[in-house]
Amino acid sequence: MRTLAGVEDEEKWLAEGIAGIQHNAFFMHRALDANNLREVLKYSALMLSELRTSKLSPQKYYDLYMRAFDQLRQLEIFFKDESRHGLPVVDLYELVQHAGNILPRMYLLCTVGSVYIKSKQAPSKDVLKDLVEMCRGVQHPIRGLFLRSYLAQVSRDKLPEIGSDYEGDANTVIDAVEFVLQNFTEMNKLWVRIQHQGPGTVREKQEKERNELRDLVGKNLHVLGQIEGVDLEMYKETVLPRVLEQVVNCKDKLAQYYLMECIIQVFPDEYHLQTLEALLAACTQLMPTVDTKIVLTQLMDRLSNYAASSPDVLHEFLQVEAFAKLSNAIGKVIDTQLEMPIVGAMTLFVSLLTFTLRVHPDRLDYVDQVLGACVVKLSSVPKLEDARAMKQVVALLSAPLEKYSDIVTALTLSNYPRVMDHLDDGTNKVMAMLIIQSIMKNDSCISTADKVEVLFELIKGLIKDLDGTNVEELDEEDFQEEQNSVARLIHMLDNEEPEEMLKIIYVVRKHLMTGGPQRLPFTVPPLVFSAVRLVRQLEAQGGDIAGEDVPATLRKIFQILNQTIEALSSVPCPELALRLYLQCAEAASDCDLEPVAYEFFTQAFILYEEEIADSKAQVTAIHLIVGTLQRINVFGVENRDTLTHKATGYSARLLKKPDQCRAVYACSHLFWVDDPEGIKDGERRALRIANAAQQMVNATRGSSGPVTLFVEILNKYLYFFEKGNPHITPSDIQSLIELINTEMLSDNGNTTIHSDPFFSSTLRYIRFQKQKGGLMGEKYDLIKL
Amino acid sequence: MNFLLGAFKPACNISITFTDGKNRKQVPIKKDNGQILMNPLFQSQETIAGKIHIDSYQGKKVEHNGVKVELLGQIEMYFDRGNFYDFTSLVRELDVPGEIYERKTYPFEFSSVEMPYETYNGVNVRLRYVLKVTVTRGYAGSIVEYQDFVVRNYVPPPPINNSIKMEVGIEDCLHIEFEYNKSKYHLKDVILGKIYFLLVRIKIKNMDLEIRRRESTGAGANTHVETETLAKFELMDGAPVRGESIPVRVFLTPYDLTPTHTNINNKFSVKYYLNLVLVDEEDRRYFKQQEITLYRLKEETS
Repeated sequence: MRTLAGVEDEEKWLAEGIAGIQHNAFFMHRALDANNLREVLKYSALMLSELRTSKLSPQKYYDLYMRAFDQLRQLEIFFKDESRHGLPVVDLYELVQHAGNILPRMYLLCTVGSVYIKSKQAPSKDVLKDLVEMCRGVQHPIRGLFLRSYLAQVSRDKLPEIGSDYEGDANTVIDAVEFVLQNFTEMNKLWVRIQHQGPGTVREKQEKERNELRDLVGKNLHVLGQIEGVDLEMYKETVLPRVLEQVVNCKDKLAQYYLMECIIQVFPDEYHLQTLEALLAACTQLMPTVDTKIVLTQLMDRLSNYAASSPDVLHEFLQVEAFAKLSNAIGKVIDTQLEMPIVGAMTLFVSLLTFTLRVHPDRLDYVDQVLGACVVKLSSVPKLEDARAMKQVVALLSAPLEKYSDIVTALTLSNYPRVMDHLDDGTNKVMAMLIIQSIMKNDSCISTADKVEVLFELIKGLIKDLDGTNVEELDEEDFQEEQNSVARLIHMLDNEEPEEMLKIIYVVRKHLMTGGPQRLPFTVPPLVFSAVRLVRQLEAQGGDIAGEDVPATLRKIFQILNQTIEALSSVPCPELALRLYLQCAEAASDCDLEPVAYEFFTQAFILYEEEIADSKAQVTAIHLIVGTLQRINVFGVENRDTLTHKATGYSARLLKKPDQCRAVYACSHLFWVDDPEGIKDGERRALRIANAAQQMVNATRGSSGPVTLFVEILNKYLYFFEKGNPHITPSDIQSLIELINTEMLSDNGNTTIHSDPFFSSTLRYIRFQKQKGGLMGEKYDLIKL
Repeated sequence: MNFLLGAFKPACNISITFTDGKNRKQVPIKKDNGQILMNPLFQSQETIAGKIHIDSYQGKKVEHNGVKVELLGQIEMYFDRGNFYDFTSLVRELDVPGEIYERKTYPFEFSSVEMPYETYNGVNVRLRYVLKVTVTRGYAGSIVEYQDFVVRNYVPPPPINNSIKMEVGIEDCLHIEFEYNKSKYHLKDVILGKIYFLLVRIKIKNMDLEIRRRESTGAGANTHVETETLAKFELMDGAPVRGESIPVRVFLTPYDLTPTHTNINNKFSVKYYLNLVLVDEEDRRYFKQQEITLYRLKEETS
């Protein structure tokens, strides 16, 4: 046995071996030239004796072997030519067996054997059988492997396969198969045996060396795969059982793994399909340390590719119940291989799922079955922590999404959410995002409450804080993006039927309300708008619909809306709530529901009073309130008065004078609505307010920009003037213009830069209107500039 | 030899020719000095006939008391040098006393000679057949000439030829079962067989099959036994595992074998053995020896 000597020594031994081969090859060639058979045999045997070394690693030995191999080719040519050595090949076949050492003897015998077959003086099967049998004498693993590999090589083109010269009479393809199988079996035994040689300390090195040798063994399977005439029948009855028997019985993980891989790669897919049972049975019998999952994965990948290659083959899959068998086998493997990490099991499930999706895209129950099995497996282990396993689960869950490009399909899989439950929070979110993205990408509309329920169950990682989530860890940007996605998702939930839609809204609301203060600002608005849309739809259809379970009444919806927005108060997020209230108020107004609209306004005002403290926010809020109020025409005089006065009052109490001023003149619109049936009751009040605004401007005198405000007020005057408010007279306008002029003069060089162009374009507008003539022109003519 | 004789100038030259000497098969025989000479081949019950020519040198006359030819079968033991034991001795008188002036030719014939033993050249013993021509002279000393010839006897294949099958082993260490297809082989036979490994707990390096010749000479306390290994044939390289069976196929042609001789004239025996040797990695040898019988099968040709 090889010692643990260094690489240098090995190099030296290799060099010696090569020198020995060259030396003897030289004499062999001389003898060849002289056609001296005796000498040829003597020196070729000496040359081949160099291969008897035990000192070389497989790689180095291979080097040596190749050199001898080249020489043997020359020898074969000599043997072929009977006129050169003068001996019938049958005698030659005996003669070379006189060599005392087995290794040279066997190499020579194989060489002559190949010539013997070629001469057809003996049936090829007999010669092959003899050779493969005699090779048993070399039991040293490495030397034996190389010898048998030599045998395989020289016999490769002489097998009695169908269509070959050597087939016929008693020589059939069965003999060829038998020969290769036997050689394979023996080689595998030798290969497996390497590990039992030498001390355990070099185990790792041995494994590496063995790996280098594996192709010698695998080559036989390649040959089997290539033999012409091995039909399905023979493969099923002879080839596969024999190979599998060897694989299973060798009880060696390296060999089992490699050979299974070989089998899967070498033989055609349809054979695999037809022998699935045997193949899978073998998989379950492999050593526990064998990475069965990769083997099975490869098998399934191949089969799915096969299925994808042509639709014609699909019925074969059905015929052999491929799915059931695979599923069964995987179950068994997972059950028996207790040491397999969870990631392995998950990988298997992913492969099986991919297979299912490709082969049986119509069988959702299969998909669900796979997921179910996955759940069972996941339940049997503590919480998933392995990142790779997690990744596999994500892949597992993503596969159906990609395949069906319709989340609705996934929603019908009962096991889908159960698998998701096993993800950790982060991954769960990633998965939820994937689901949402899938929905977005495919623009698929989820249209029943049940599905919405399931969907929200799936993405609950995004909807609410799960137990044990560390809030501080959350990345602000990620969080926003997630919540925005949820918001977008809400818009995808839609149903034409108001009743169902209401149910959906109920469901969504139920889930969203659990989201906590951080999520609500993101999720409430889409919900509100979704509900508002329903409101408008109902309104367009003519009002309430009396449903069976949940009557979709407008009041009901507004009630929900009210409650929903109220939830925002806990955030708190008054500005947003205010806007939403106003939206609802407007919707209620459109539905002619005065009390409801009033209620919403009340809520908005309360918020304004109690929650909105920031002056800038107040300004914005006032303008929003005024804008909304102006558009709403559902209120009776009393309510309207209350609200408008309230709004005006708020305006007047703003902190900064310019803000006050602007708010107030905006309020003027509340009293003068340019609409055929608009409210024009407050014409006087509008003017008064305008005047009040003017007063306020006066109050700001001395500070920056009163002129601008005057100009703005002038514009308001002109607006009302044009609209025909009788209380705005040309003289009022004129005096205001003068006032502005005076202001500008006194204020000259100070702040006219902004107001000047504004003022001059306003004046230009007045002149334009004068010149235009007509009714408006006449009206304007009264203004003297 | 002739050269030496020439130096002493013997009175005459004697030569012996066989009747069918041209066609008769010649086989090589190793002489004492290592020289290999070709000698004619006979078998038992053959008639040995020929002519003896006696030429006197330069026409000198040779006086003699008679000329005779003897056919001798001798066993020569090397440790008892020079002591021949003749187990066969036949004499033909060729001439009455007289004188030889010129070349004289005497035909001779030993018809159907019983030659039960084969020529044999061993380590300690030699069995040879020789024709001895003696020109008897008185005081001048007789003139003697020898002509060796070889005897080989062919036998038909034995009617009973069982295989050799045996299970041997060392307890808890090595257990093998071997089988040779026959117990009696002819000299150009092939030994076929198998070796099954039933239990292997030692690290075997290789396995050889040796063919050994055991030559015993003398009798009783004087017995000398000499064992030679004539062939060492590697059957297996490397260590087998349990359940492995290794084929045996050994061609006997290349080896210099003789038939088994049992108790030849109470002087010597030659026996053959197959010795199966297993060598482990520490170069320890484990072996099992089995006797086989070798015989000379009549060849179809010749």
